[in-house]
Amino acid sequence: MLTYLSIIITAIFVNNIVFAQFLGICPFIGVSKKLSSAYGMGAAVTFVMVLATCVTWLLQHEVLNPLGLGFMQTIVFILVIAALVQMLEIILKKIAPALYQALGVFLPLITTNCAVLGVAILVVQKNYNLGESLTYAVATAVGFTMALAMFAGIREQLSLVDIPKPMRGVPIALICAGLLAMAFMGFSGIKIG
Amino acid sequence: MNSKLRIIYNGIVTDNPTFVLLLGMCPTLGTTSSAINGMSMGLATMGVLICSNMAISAIKNFVPAKVRIPAYIVVIATFVTMLQMLMQAYLPSLYETLGIFIPLIVVNCILLGRAEAFASKHSVLDSGLDGIGIGLGFTIALTLLGAIRELIGTGRIFDTIIFPETFGSLVFVLAPGAFIALGFMIAIFNYFKNR
Repeated sequence: MLTYLSIIITAIFVNNIVFAQFLGICPFIGVSKKLSSAYGMGAAVTFVMVLATCVTWLLQHEVLNPLGLGFMQTIVFILVIAALVQMLEIILKKIAPALYQALGVFLPLITTNCAVLGVAILVVQKNYNLGESLTYAVATAVGFTMALAMFAGIREQLSLVDIPKPMRGVPIALICAGLLAMAFMGFSGIKIG
Repeated sequence: MNSKLRIIYNGIVTDNPTFVLLLGMCPTLGTTSSAINGMSMGLATMGVLICSNMAISAIKNFVPAKVRIPAYIVVIATFVTMLQMLMQAYLPSLYETLGIFIPLIVVNCILLGRAEAFASKHSVLDSGLDGIGIGLGFTIALTLLGAIRELIGTGRIFDTIIFPETFGSLVFVLAPGAFIALGFMIAIFNYFKNR
């Protein structure tokens, strides 16, 4: 139990995927202008990340490892994620149009979201079992959504402020992200179990 | 300026992937803790980009438009896997340092972006040149960012001591410094561009 708790706390706060591991920066900068779209993106990423981690973990341990094809990891994983996102889009459109309306625009963007592929590769590198992997995926996605929501809140305020012209847009956003990352550094050193 | 040189120049200045197109942010922030790391990451990406651009340009007439994106991804993933194996064999310590960011070259938006925007419309030679230009632009940006972070953080550039380490501010080598340094660099670039 303590292992799981430790994985959750570490993935959300100590090793936050955006502020400490630099994964998923593109959606972090691109979709964080409004709070509502930040939640949508976060939900879509959570959905895909958990599903993708589950499928890729099984593929790695049941297919690639027994056959000695570990070097095919990158190609297999990216294809699985791309196919999964496509399938998800089709299925959601058919059975849950409301959810599709909410997540639809974000889904195609997720294929090239490095956080999804990153987590799939990281859980294999860290030698997690299936339960730990899924916990890690959920916690990482929660950490990502939290970072995105916090940052969107800040950017909504930023748009009202008089900022020197060359700093407007991405530069000031990056600097704010740096300050947030500094705040998150306060969590480092927390150890459980 | 002749057209071949113009392609390379565009890649480095007018279409600079980091400062103008704002693509490939993850490796830009994640691997630039020192000048040498930034430069290695830039060169690795450039190698894959040149190969994938030329290969995609060569197969562009055989691939049906509907499945072109998956086809591009497979081509890119193949070259990334080759790079991974080469680095594991010949540069194991660098492979260790760059870690997860080497397989993640697959999802670097620069590669897919150039495949779609340039390689699928131009000849093999031009696509290769575009790969060199964009790759150089990316490498220069990463080296510069790495050098600035290394200098402010530890007082060195490429391990050459510029000022004593005690005057450095370590935060620039850590995660927050990456965001702040890149933010200021893009702001400076914007300032000179709009003048």
